[in-house]
Amino acid sequence: MGSIQQIIFMVLSVIALASALGVVLSKNPVTSVLCLIVTFFAIAGHYVMMNAQFLAVVHIIVYAGAIMVLFLYVLMLMNLNAELEPQKRNWLKYAGAISGGALLVVLVAALRDASMPAMSTANNDIGLVHNLGMVLFRQYVVPFEVSSILFLSAMIGAVVIGRKED
Amino acid sequence: MPVQYYIFLSIALFCIGVMGVLMRRNAIIIFMCIELMLNAVNLLMVAFSKMWADAGRVDASSAQLFVFFIMVVAAAEVAIGLAIITMVYRNTHSVDINILNRLKN
Repeated sequence: MGSIQQIIFMVLSVIALASALGVVLSKNPVTSVLCLIVTFFAIAGHYVMMNAQFLAVVHIIVYAGAIMVLFLYVLMLMNLNAELEPQKRNWLKYAGAISGGALLVVLVAALRDASMPAMSTANNDIGLVHNLGMVLFRQYVVPFEVSSILFLSAMIGAVVIGRKED
Repeated sequence: MPVQYYIFLSIALFCIGVMGVLMRRNAIIIFMCIELMLNAVNLLMVAFSKMWADAGRVDASSAQLFVFFIMVVAAAEVAIGLAIITMVYRNTHSVDINILNRLKN
């Protein structure tokens, strides 16, 4: 553990992993939502550490600001903030945990010896909004417009699905 | 700072998400675990972007734009999915996905 960057990486990783486990293991759904918000902030910290400031800001605004508020609204409106899972079959839980752990072991074993270029600690400005905006509006204009149509159709779809039919 | 650290962190987050999808019965928690998996992939893609930018590639910022588009798709997905879950709750008064297997027959 030499440099300050590795210490920050370790702290953010421990926070992210612990709160991600809290999402899965907590009984109360509201606690899960709050743990997921903590995870998102830790991931945003990782983005800042990798010089992706624009993505860090967008990540906080979109995920912690919009998506998680939507989850909390639905939980509160449906009054689900109590434990409701009767959980008869306990072996399904163990089977899920073992499957996820086996996937973890396989992926780590597959990528353990991969050789890749090293990340330097030098600053580069590819994550700043000026550079990303140049690339977005020069090379990716068509996907950008298509995603706006996707948003429009998602909005209409949410209204149509959520409407109470008479 | 080797990029392997970020790879293993992303793998761990992704597997926690998979574990949550397999273990939990609450539809909203399953949905949140899907968000967690998407975020693991986003983190890995930003790490690769940084790695290739340091290696001298000029087009490394495309990966960060892919992350941007993944966020767009995730937002649309959450809007639709929560509408569907609300409808399920209105019809069955539960968000337990074990009840939903009546669609099978």
